[in-house]
Amino acid sequence: MTMIDSGTQATPAEIKQSVAELEDEAITIIREVAAECRNPVLLFSGGKDSAVLLHLAAKAFRPGSLPFPVMHVDTGHNFEEVITYRDMLVEQYGVKLIVASVQESIDSGRAVEETGPRPSRNRLQSVTLLDAIAEHKFDAAFGGGRRDEDKARAKERILSFRDHFGQWEPRAQRPEPWNMLNAKIRPGEHLRAFPLSNWTELDIWRYIGIENVALPSIYFSHRRTVVERNGMLLSVGGPVVLEAGETPFEETVRYRTVGDASCTGAVRSTASNVDEVLVEVAAARITERGATRADDNFSDSAMEDRKREGYF
Amino acid sequence: MVLRIATAGSVDDGKSTLIGRLLHDTKTVFEDQLSAVEKASTRYGDGSLNLALLTDGLRAEREQGITIDVAYRYFATPKRTFVVADTPGHAQYTRNMVTGASASDVAIVLVDARNGLTEQTRRHLFVASLLGVKLVILAVNKMDLVDFDEATYHRIVAEATAHADALPAPVVLNPLPISALLGDNVVDASTNMPWFKGLPLLDLLETIEVPGDHNVGARLAVQWVIRPYSTEHHDYRGFAGRLTGGSLAIGDLIRVLPGGQQSTVIGIDRGGVPQDTAQPGEAISVQLADDIDIGRGDVLVAAVASEAPIVTDRIIADISWMVDKPLETGSRWIIKHQTRTAKAFVSAIELRHDVATATHSPAESLGLNDLGRVHLNVSVPLVIDNYDRHRPGGAAVLIDEATGMTCAALMIRDSE
Repeated sequence: MTMIDSGTQATPAEIKQSVAELEDEAITIIREVAAECRNPVLLFSGGKDSAVLLHLAAKAFRPGSLPFPVMHVDTGHNFEEVITYRDMLVEQYGVKLIVASVQESIDSGRAVEETGPRPSRNRLQSVTLLDAIAEHKFDAAFGGGRRDEDKARAKERILSFRDHFGQWEPRAQRPEPWNMLNAKIRPGEHLRAFPLSNWTELDIWRYIGIENVALPSIYFSHRRTVVERNGMLLSVGGPVVLEAGETPFEETVRYRTVGDASCTGAVRSTASNVDEVLVEVAAARITERGATRADDNFSDSAMEDRKREGYF
Repeated sequence: MVLRIATAGSVDDGKSTLIGRLLHDTKTVFEDQLSAVEKASTRYGDGSLNLALLTDGLRAEREQGITIDVAYRYFATPKRTFVVADTPGHAQYTRNMVTGASASDVAIVLVDARNGLTEQTRRHLFVASLLGVKLVILAVNKMDLVDFDEATYHRIVAEATAHADALPAPVVLNPLPISALLGDNVVDASTNMPWFKGLPLLDLLETIEVPGDHNVGARLAVQWVIRPYSTEHHDYRGFAGRLTGGSLAIGDLIRVLPGGQQSTVIGIDRGGVPQDTAQPGEAISVQLADDIDIGRGDVLVAAVASEAPIVTDRIIADISWMVDKPLETGSRWIIKHQTRTAKAFVSAIELRHDVATATHSPAESLGLNDLGRVHLNVSVPLVIDNYDRHRPGGAAVLIDEATGMTCAALMIRDSE
């Protein structure tokens, strides 16, 4: 494939080399956590970062099989295409899938649905996630978080320690000189592992192109009925309910991130394949979370607050 | 291709402002980030754009106007890609600086032109020396506040050079005068300092050449043994890990340490794809001709290594102590070295480094932020290299068994 890149003057060979170095680093982290932890799990949302993460994890142990299960924290507010895609991948990789349901957390009274005009289940995911980690006695959870995503994430370790309450305490993080990972924990505590820490959005797309990583179709341009809310295009139907004065319209869009359908926005785009997305990403002037996540735009520490509560 | 940079300086030397300036002037800052910083500048400051808020991501940092923890930033210019570890200059300063410097090609040490060299600057230069950072850029900042005075700059550079020359491992300084706040000599050459003939910071970062790693011969610390047990791969046994020290090829003779058995490489896979050779840094799995008992923690070493590692359970190491609880002679810790985890007993504290004078003195114990040298007895033999010759073989951490906290970084110098 051709690599078009307005961000750097790097040649295709140089791009391949830099992405291969990131792959080596990620695979080293995945193997290390698998070896040091008793019962790890890989968190899989169906988004592009978790798709890359699963692809890397499979490669890390080839020709052996993945030595840990995959878990989807299901908000119940899904894009249909993402669930189809998830089930296809589970089949393809032959991995064990655990689904932790936010709806069940609500039904059992562990979580309470947000009220008000625009309820989101994004924060409720933390409750479901922590309950599932406790139920299955997971001691480490791999996530696709990247440091370039958000200013709070920029401070996070590769192997991030969580206390008995599942909380992240930024002031008490373990130093990681030479990226040496310390997986020592006590009962009740757990770790989050971020093998993609040093990847950027551009690196992810380059890797998807080079490795032919399959993605849900909504990452590429398609026609969709949307409504514009706070400058964000939300898909009409499902959890997004039209409010007074709002007029839905059809638009050619794609998604830059995939999350809870109630608060993940689409962007206007005609990019229909990885090469075209790469051009778009290299020229982007707004971060992917800023462009597509209503939940991160509430305040300038929204992500930090959710991480402290146990979010991904 | 990627240049890894660590920044270091005292509180208020302007590190975050400098990084913010680099990100801003290389157009790496996205519009929504900039508007968030504009909003935050109004809340936490006088309303003028505060570029430090680009990297000070935690709420407490914004409220207190300080940097608490190492933050990583990524930016690219048409010539190079950069990863910056912004390391804070207070409280846990040494721990943060050690962490930032451990994985960096270049350290940018900032000095406030009004204050000249402080103990912190000397400490940062000392840490750079101890951690073997290959290149150090001495950025004399806030030149605008000393009227861009050439004599002030030269006085500071002379003082820093004298200190750098006296360090245990001398550090070569690349000095330059800047104003991070106004942008002088950051991306564009300063018009206020025509007397300075060197490159502005970004040009320097884009063109600076990083010396290659020393070749000691192939080393592979085994992380995991891949055994598929499938019909198709019934006899497959792959020793997975990251190759360091030198290249490896099919047909190479290797030794397994600490055991000492020899065998021949018959297969190399990278991400499940067979290849004939592997280069340092690659995450691979290796198949051997002989059925030898090899597990996690063992190290495969080229039998004809140009420099053989040492197998020992007694090590001498420089240490950076990172927690409040002191390190004392006779105390016990968990040591993690490469992929081996074992117990370690502090048999002696040889000395404490005095970072201000680049000398050392005897010590009974080491406290938070102290740098020293210790002797350790380890419960199992380790396969070590001198840190300066081969970093992965000479780096280790100590962990507190009771709390699980990482307490120290070790730079192994020798066996006892």
